[in-house]
Amino acid sequence: MMMTIESIQEEIIDEFSMFDDWMQRYEYMIDLGKSVPLISNSNKTDDHLIKGCQSKVWLHAALEDGKIVFTADSDAIITKGIIAILLRVFSNQKPENILAANTNFVDEIGLKEHLSLTRANGLVSMIKQLKLYALAYETQLKN
Amino acid sequence: MSFDVQKIRQDFPILQRKVNGYPLVYFDNAATSQKPQVVIDSIVDYYSNYNANIHRGVHSLSQEATDVYELAREKIKQHFNAKHNHEIIFTSGTTHSINIVASGYSEILQKGDEVIVSAMEHHSNIVPWQMLCEKTGAVLKVIPMNEEGNLLVSDYDTILSSATKLVFVNHVSNALGTINPIKEIIEKAHQYGAKVLIDGAQACSHILPDFQDLDVDFYVASAHKMCGPTGVGFLYGKSELLNILPPYQGGGEMIKEVTFKKTTYAELPHKFEAGTPNISGGIAFGVALDYLSAIGIDAINSYENELLNYATEKLLEIEGLKIYGTGKEKTAVISFNIEGIHPYDIGTIVDKLGVAVRTGHHCAQPIMEFYKIPGTVRASFAFYNTKKEIDIFIEAIKKAKMMLS
Ligand SMILES: Cc1ncc(COP(=O)(O)O)c(C=O)c1O
Repeated sequence: MMMTIESIQEEIIDEFSMFDDWMQRYEYMIDLGKSVPLISNSNKTDDHLIKGCQSKVWLHAALEDGKIVFTADSDAIITKGIIAILLRVFSNQKPENILAANTNFVDEIGLKEHLSLTRANGLVSMIKQLKLYALAYETQLKN
Repeated sequence: MSFDVQKIRQDFPILQRKVNGYPLVYFDNAATSQKPQVVIDSIVDYYSNYNANIHRGVHSLSQEATDVYELAREKIKQHFNAKHNHEIIFTSGTTHSINIVASGYSEILQKGDEVIVSAMEHHSNIVPWQMLCEKTGAVLKVIPMNEEGNLLVSDYDTILSSATKLVFVNHVSNALGTINPIKEIIEKAHQYGAKVLIDGAQACSHILPDFQDLDVDFYVASAHKMCGPTGVGFLYGKSELLNILPPYQGGGEMIKEVTFKKTTYAELPHKFEAGTPNISGGIAFGVALDYLSAIGIDAINSYENELLNYATEKLLEIEGLKIYGTGKEKTAVISFNIEGIHPYDIGTIVDKLGVAVRTGHHCAQPIMEFYKIPGTVRASFAFYNTKKEIDIFIEAIKKAKMMLS
């Protein structure tokens, strides 16, 4: 049985609660960044670039057995860590569940600053893009 | 007067604050400078004591406000040695000033005319000219730069011709800190009868341009980079040029007479100052210039150079660190990258340690393309920064490097 989005979020919140300071959190994220399910080189094209990021972010989505599998990459490692967390939550989930999910956990794991518009790191754009893919596939599945 | 940085720091309330639990180290001065208490007070004083609309009322309050606002114009004129007060147009900032000139020339230029920009302009000093060229059919030419971040003046010589009508160059590059040889650029343009606009956004807090000595046609800058408030700046133009330039916006203040048939425009500077201006901003700008002058731009410049040399030396001790913009003539700006690490990652980590730097393309994408990099980390110093802060910054960079490699 696949874990639900909520339970994965709970798990991540738990993991992050073990850290005492920002440095440990960031070191963990940098580590996570190394485990991103990498987008294949052939998909690393401008079509898959997310706009609104200071670092480059490529995101690809494919539907497998009614679930969306995301792959991604970035040229910045902290951004990659953020992507790793997002994909852990949203990859291999049904479009409808992705659409319904909230993203409050980002705040709870101390990454709130990455939601600010001035960061221009595109966490907001990334979440938006994940949801757009979900919407597209949901529509496709219905028809 | 000896330069007492500790005393100067007391003038800037924001320097007392902490960020992310650490004392703020503000090295993003090229984006905007911090404000001394006298500037902040002048805004409060205006709204508390003599707020009124200017140039319109016969009542005393309006006259008082008008006098102080016009005094600010006078201060700008004196500071930069313009010939006349009316050659100083209050604007909302550099971008606005550039757009006034670009929009005016879009009615003057013709197909086949040429305009020249440099390869190291801020987007604010590229986009309006591209729009101008699209509108008029004029051709945009570019003065290239070299690896050190210096403009190739010899190439400028070859693209200048009698078809050249306008030249736009920044006095100081915001991404590299390079001080461009504007006097030479202006002289050469004038030999062909071309007019020159200098974008001084990055220059005026470090050096003191003399408009008459430079014989510059247009010079623009923003108050917020000179210890003044945001939302105010100026356009300097020689009066004979401003007189032929069509107005930018229609509205109150800029007219002499309005009937439904025809409106006659007001004299300079009001022709370009439609609507109620940023009155408190203009006044506070004047106060900021007084503040800078009292310390002395020369003293500021030589102290900042000390900071620049110190930081450059320390940074270069870090393995894999490369500085972009290594010309001899530069302001206290260091743009750099560390091999294999994205500038964004460095900026994020040092911010956690209370150090504010800028990362990204700095609104100068052509420069990033030139160096084939996604962006840089940019540390820009002001006269209220210290060597001790540079030490903290260097430690933060080293820590970031350790975490990220
Ligand atoms: C060289 C240069 N030109 C123009 C601008 C735009 O100034 P403003 O945003 O105040 O209009 C800047 C600001 O960063 C700059 O550095």
